[in-house]
Amino acid sequence: MNKLMTMRDAVAQFVPDGSSVVMGTALESLIPFSAGHEIIRQHKRDLTLVGPISDMLFDQLIGAGCVTKIIAAWVGNVSAGLAHNYRRACEQGIPHRIEVIDHSNFTISLALLAGGLGAPYIPTYSLLGSDLLKTNPTFKETASPFDGKTTLLVPALNPDVTILHVQRSDEEGNAHCWGNLGISEEAALASQRIIIVAEEIVPREIIVSDPNRVIAPSFKVCAVVHEPGGAHPSSVQGYYNRDHEFYHEYHRATRTLEGMGVWVNEWVMGVKNRAEYFQKLGEERWRNLQLKNHRNAAPVDYGY
Amino acid sequence: MEYSPQELMVAAAAREIHDGEVVFTGMRLPLIAFALAKNLHAPNAIGLFECGLMRDTPSPELLYTMGDPPNITGALWATRMVNVMGLLQQGCVDMGFIGGAELDRFGNLNTSYLGEPKSPSTKLPGSGGAADIASLSKRLVVIMAHEKRRLVEHVSYITSSGYGTGGDWRKRVGLLRGGPSAAITTLCVLRFDAETGEAFLRSYHPGQSVESVRAETGWDLRIASDACETLPPTEQELAIIHRYDPQGFWTH
Repeated sequence: MNKLMTMRDAVAQFVPDGSSVVMGTALESLIPFSAGHEIIRQHKRDLTLVGPISDMLFDQLIGAGCVTKIIAAWVGNVSAGLAHNYRRACEQGIPHRIEVIDHSNFTISLALLAGGLGAPYIPTYSLLGSDLLKTNPTFKETASPFDGKTTLLVPALNPDVTILHVQRSDEEGNAHCWGNLGISEEAALASQRIIIVAEEIVPREIIVSDPNRVIAPSFKVCAVVHEPGGAHPSSVQGYYNRDHEFYHEYHRATRTLEGMGVWVNEWVMGVKNRAEYFQKLGEERWRNLQLKNHRNAAPVDYGY
Repeated sequence: MEYSPQELMVAAAAREIHDGEVVFTGMRLPLIAFALAKNLHAPNAIGLFECGLMRDTPSPELLYTMGDPPNITGALWATRMVNVMGLLQQGCVDMGFIGGAELDRFGNLNTSYLGEPKSPSTKLPGSGGAADIASLSKRLVVIMAHEKRRLVEHVSYITSSGYGTGGDWRKRVGLLRGGPSAAITTLCVLRFDAETGEAFLRSYHPGQSVESVRAETGWDLRIASDACETLPPTEQELAIIHRYDPQGFWTH
């Protein structure tokens, strides 16, 4: 089935108000910024954002008023510092209060792994003694029935939708992703549905030529969006590098609430789609992020 | 020879990496410390990154984040986070670096909330992988700015466990191993007493003194009987740091 659609249609159909949405699953790379910006443009509300570290995407959605709950290990701006909108929401209730369920990177990955396994929970020795046990009421500390050792039970998470930015996909959502995977597989398997955002749409033959590189089962994919550059300012291995300065510009621009309003109007509300975003970014800036050299993997033989 | 406080901290951090060890070096100054150690005294160290990477060579370029493309090029393994964290939980990781906004006398770290979590005066980003590294690695090394408001008697929230309230606290709460072995600050290097878990001043950086460090510490800091000046970075160390961070993004 051909699942290709525009980002506007994918978000309108598959990210309803009140959804739980996983984004930024590869951590600092492959962040689906274009999907996040479309969510802001469509004024989605009451979202629960799920992720490990979100870099600055979660901060943008919080500042735009789309979010009521965060289930994550870290919300900030990795190379530039604190997240101003996250701070305003938690400290001053601006634009409104949000609920924070604290995780670590390991426990959020275990929660989604359990979800993907169809298991109720996974035990760990991490976080014992920490105050995350107080600010995540879903955790349970218990003695292991096997050896009596103290363990922390991390309950399964089954979010509504995971949005994955990938290098390439076919029209059905059979998608190839490479580089470090973070919690992409766990999140995709745990979610009810998956939106694939791809740099390139390729024929099915390309995908089945290398099934080890497929990120998730396509029968869970509800939409495939062809969005070259959709992860900017984050990087996509083999396609473009990280725009470090963009993170600093955002950090400086959003220090005040007024500054955040200006930034969102300029980079999100003021552009209709990703094509207009790139017009605004400018050709030279985009050219400077392109690969300086290629490192092709050796081909492998799947013959029999 | 001139050097910045960050360059001295990178050199001190690199010396915490021993040859042949498996280390977590996934943020800021430790990204450079790994490159430095690999080039000098720890050619066989293995770097693990929680985003899902393993390397036995430093990345070919300066990293702003562990997930930057140069860190993936030439990696020994690109995988899922749970695999890397699983190695950590098994006890395969010798040492991990983390940063902190607040550190207390027993090496507990807060990177989550200043003030009451329900209405914090400052919301900090949270754990990321720090609480896992603090819980599960064999040794922990903390890198942070040294100010009186940051080095406090008790952190208001424990994101990453140190020695809790001291003594055998880690064992009592169920942690299998580990605890802080050093805190490298902008002013000094703290170590932790093996029995009590309490921090003490091991060395003060050039230009500092026992008094100046104590003045910026929020509790009655104990001093090692042989406390001395921190070794400054050598010319060779500085040359490698400059090569790796020529613009001084992290180190100036």
